Amino acid sequence: MHATTLPRTALRGRSRSAHDALAKGLGWFSIGLGTLELVAARSLADGLGLHGRDGLVRAYGVREVVTGIAILASHDPEPWIWARVMGDALDLATLAVGAGRAEGSERTNVAVALAAVAGVTALDILCAQGLDAEKGGPKTAVADYRDRSGFPKGVAAARGVARDFAVPRDMRVPDAMRGDVFARRRRPVPAGA
Amino acid sequence: MKALVWHGTADIRCDSVPDPRIEDPRDAIIKVTSCAICGSDLHLYDHFMPGMESGDIMGHETMGEVVDVGAGAKSALKVGDRVVIPFTIICGECDQCRRGNFSVCERSNRNKALGDKAFGHTTAGLFGYTHLTGGYAGGQAEYLRVPFADATHIKVPKGIPDEKLLFLSDIFPTGWQAAVQCDIQPDDTVAIWGCGPVGQMAIRSAVLLGAKRVIAIDRLPERLSMARAGGAETLNFAEDNIVERLNDMTDGKGPEKCIDAVGLEAHATGSIDSMYDRAKQAMMMETDRPHVLREMIYVCRPAGVLSVPGVYGGLVDKVPFGAMMNKGLTLRTGQTHVNRWTDDLLKRIEEGQIDPSFVITHKVGLDQGPEMYKTFRDKQDGCIKVFISP
Repeated sequence: MHATTLPRTALRGRSRSAHDALAKGLGWFSIGLGTLELVAARSLADGLGLHGRDGLVRAYGVREVVTGIAILASHDPEPWIWARVMGDALDLATLAVGAGRAEGSERTNVAVALAAVAGVTALDILCAQGLDAEKGGPKTAVADYRDRSGFPKGVAAARGVARDFAVPRDMRVPDAMRGDVFARRRRPVPAGA
Repeated sequence: MKALVWHGTADIRCDSVPDPRIEDPRDAIIKVTSCAICGSDLHLYDHFMPGMESGDIMGHETMGEVVDVGAGAKSALKVGDRVVIPFTIICGECDQCRRGNFSVCERSNRNKALGDKAFGHTTAGLFGYTHLTGGYAGGQAEYLRVPFADATHIKVPKGIPDEKLLFLSDIFPTGWQAAVQCDIQPDDTVAIWGCGPVGQMAIRSAVLLGAKRVIAIDRLPERLSMARAGGAETLNFAEDNIVERLNDMTDGKGPEKCIDAVGLEAHATGSIDSMYDRAKQAMMMETDRPHVLREMIYVCRPAGVLSVPGVYGGLVDKVPFGAMMNKGLTLRTGQTHVNRWTDDLLKRIEEGQIDPSFVITHKVGLDQGPEMYKTFRDKQDGCIKVFISP
């Protein structure tokens, strides 16, 4: 029997951690942004000085949606938040390329987008670090229950000891699916029987 | 009194709540001497089952001593009786109860309309298990009101410790029924998915009922070691391709009998299809992750039996029903008809054929319950079964 002292758990309950709530919000944000990138790829690309690169914007949209679903679905969202941070870096690099090509109002758009992505990146990093800090210590050593058979007289003595238990009729396997019932039924009747 | 109360996803607290009282002549009140956290409680903890409300008292594995009895239950119970309370509330009189189908008692779900809407027809009322099954207060508390108490109890003798008897309330008869409804034959191989408490009881039941081989599947070393201790061969789904290995172990034919002791929360990152299910769950497009069901249908020997004690709550997706139909598999499911088995199982405990206390890994007081939900859910500290003494 283990001691009654409480171990630290590796993962905390989601509803009571602000970082878990933030992760959930970032997950939905990711899905929303990704969907926007998928459905309005051309407009976004043109507006950010990335003319003709709508395929790239759609690929980023897929990345955002997948990451968002993974954050919401995962019991431990931290690795997926770090994946978002890497995606943010990619977004910033892409926007920097766009900044070099942008003209007129596109420059303003790129500047706003860069600021927004930088802000979200800071949130992502804050969230991932918070989730990491909330994790408990290393998992305790693996328990070994090899002495817990549950059979006071041993496994060998227990095998088949309830074989005479009468399985209720409503839980029996249908005759047609049981052993050699059909073969026995068709066996020729011995002469004189 | 103190009780473990559900407040939301992963939010269970040890609160002070009003003591229960007799509300119907057939009620009894018991002072809880021990209770446990069940694997199916985790579906509520993670909020995968609909119908929970903030303030609901958890728990459906409970035993204790009768401290008050309504006038209508006095013929069957008296103050001082020691009882285990089955997780299914039963009237003992309806058509289903008379047939022994206690888990689908037609009268004990006081929210019958909800049950009808959710499942087509109502099932029995359950302790501490959503408003779909009556919204009854559960037994992770200092006291419990037992409705239909003249039928909803298992009298147990004094002198046997609670640890040996408590699991008559659920996991022992659940594992037993899972094995019984396989109708195990002496040359059968029984494959059991999940080595949590119900899986462990199913392993022992299959051994007692005389299966030729029992193969247990999980990924946690401590659970696999406990499965081996009970006479099972084991497979680790994190290391082995389960379908391939089960076929290899059965000369390519597959196991005759398959038991799903996992249910709706299959390990989310254990397989591609579970990840797909988890993503759909997150988008509210599917309620359950039926990975084990899919695998069982695929690997079971044709004309075999699938037994499903694992809890499912709603809708499943991508179930290979073509394989199910063409292989002529028999599917047996259901919550456990606890009282149908407990006289026999109590006798087996008394005779020393089995001691269900082997499964207890943690013993705590009620105030430590909330932490233990997390420990159990996260499978930390070798946790398999939490035994609570209020």
